Amino acid sequence: MITGRAVDALTARFPGVQSDEFRGQARVVVHPDSLHDVLAFLRDEHQFQLLIDITCVDYLHYRDATDRYGLVYLLATLEQGARVTVRTWLNDPDPVIATVTDLWSGADWLEREVWDMFGIVFVGHPDLRRILLPDQFTSHPLRKDYPLQGRGERHNFTAIRRGEA
Amino acid sequence: MPLTIASAESAHQDERDYLWTLNFGPQHPATHTTLRLVLKLDGERVVDAVPDIGYLHSGFEKIGEHLDYNQYVTVTDRMNYISPMANNVAWHGAVEQLMGIELTRRCQYIRVIISELARISDHLLCVGAMGLDTGAFTFFLYGFYQRERIYDIFESLCGARFTNSYTRVGGVMHDMTPLTIQKIRDFLHDFPKTLDDMERLLNRNRIFVDRTKDVGVLTRDEAIQRCTSGPIARASGVTRDLRKDEPYLAYADFDFRVCCAQAGDCFARYYVRMAEMHESLKILQQAIENLPAGPVNVGIDERAHLPDKSQVYQTIEGTITHFEMVMNNRGIKVPSDEAYGAVEAPNGELGFYVVGDGSDVAYRARCRPPSFIHFATFPHLIRGHTLSDVVAVLGSLNIIAAELDR
Repeated sequence: MITGRAVDALTARFPGVQSDEFRGQARVVVHPDSLHDVLAFLRDEHQFQLLIDITCVDYLHYRDATDRYGLVYLLATLEQGARVTVRTWLNDPDPVIATVTDLWSGADWLEREVWDMFGIVFVGHPDLRRILLPDQFTSHPLRKDYPLQGRGERHNFTAIRRGEA
Repeated sequence: MPLTIASAESAHQDERDYLWTLNFGPQHPATHTTLRLVLKLDGERVVDAVPDIGYLHSGFEKIGEHLDYNQYVTVTDRMNYISPMANNVAWHGAVEQLMGIELTRRCQYIRVIISELARISDHLLCVGAMGLDTGAFTFFLYGFYQRERIYDIFESLCGARFTNSYTRVGGVMHDMTPLTIQKIRDFLHDFPKTLDDMERLLNRNRIFVDRTKDVGVLTRDEAIQRCTSGPIARASGVTRDLRKDEPYLAYADFDFRVCCAQAGDCFARYYVRMAEMHESLKILQQAIENLPAGPVNVGIDERAHLPDKSQVYQTIEGTITHFEMVMNNRGIKVPSDEAYGAVEAPNGELGFYVVGDGSDVAYRARCRPPSFIHFATFPHLIRGHTLSDVVAVLGSLNIIAAELDR
């Protein structure tokens, strides 16, 4: 199986990579510094050419969690239908990770969304601006310490009425 | 205007003084939904396009952390509201992946049927709106009449036409009735004729072909680089289709082909969608004729779905399960782990990355929205084309703003 071979090669090549499997999905946890190299290795040497998604989980209130943010990269092969999930942990005060826009240009908006929602900084990203929220927004709403109803952004929003514009 | 893209603003500021800036949207008939583009024009040529999205951002993923696994399905309806059934199937597919639930055969078939009906409905709207924007009004009405019939089928299936919320963890809301099956059979009988008519209207129509051929070309390498999936990737020659590559539900049982094209232009995207509708019809035909008998929801052992009323009233296990399922502090048992489940939605790979924390509310419910990823390719596709091609390219990408912004 292509995923098994890739994971074996990965653990041999990068020391400290942990791998496990859950519901038939192979997952590896890598160090944030080697994340870019791991993804490049999987893409160039093990046919995981397709980046499916980049997302983040804030483990602030999660039971037994030791790290704050978990970045998740989902990769897939083009033809064999194999998948692998690459995860890495980041922590405050500086959740910083290297960008993968040089590997996949489609990572551009995905990384911008993670920055927008979680405040993870992608070093080397060509245009790291907010994407879904307005530029004036000050917090990162998918963090667990951000309340569901917001911090009054909606109520304090200055509405422009007809004639004032 | 808070839009400041470094490339468009600073580089060659003096030389680019003659460029026009045109604001397209957020409310424009050809965007069909609420999205905004800032176009830089050299005469009628588009030099650059800067998408500005987020007008419809409603915090769906944040809401997903506060609604339980069954309640959240109502929110997924509102993501890609052109094919809500496909979103329902995707969401509960991911939840069941996390919980490790094996669905009954009948439920798998029913989910295949509604997914394929949703695919036809989505493709009809996409090609119809694309035809409408490029001047083919009759084509659009033909498509819309058939979509109306699919809505009728959904209405008889679950009572709602538009926001279906039909699936549940481990099953569906109601079993399929003979009336629904009859309606689907009628649809299967009538629709191929309309589909043929639609193909005859546009496939060799000079105006349509001239406006879409060689417009917005996405090469195979670019399609992979830019993470596209679904009909857009297949129109560029990527043969990936989750229904074949990793057959979920009951797709391994059916005989159908994966539709691909090589050109990667707007016409190829249109053509792939038209061809996929034929394949969906084949799947529907096989699924409806071979619909297995038996229970539709998982049994009481899985403790995921409310048991039948007959079980609740006549067996003690049924009573206990029902009671535990509806109690606030009991409910569904979910492992403290995370899983990703994806389906081949009409628009591409629609997946959910679900993190469970033991309670019946997801700790994180990430949606992998195909529209979001496809819209990111738009500036690349439109550069160098004329202003009138903007609507053709937008139409061929099938951008649904509610899914784009969530």
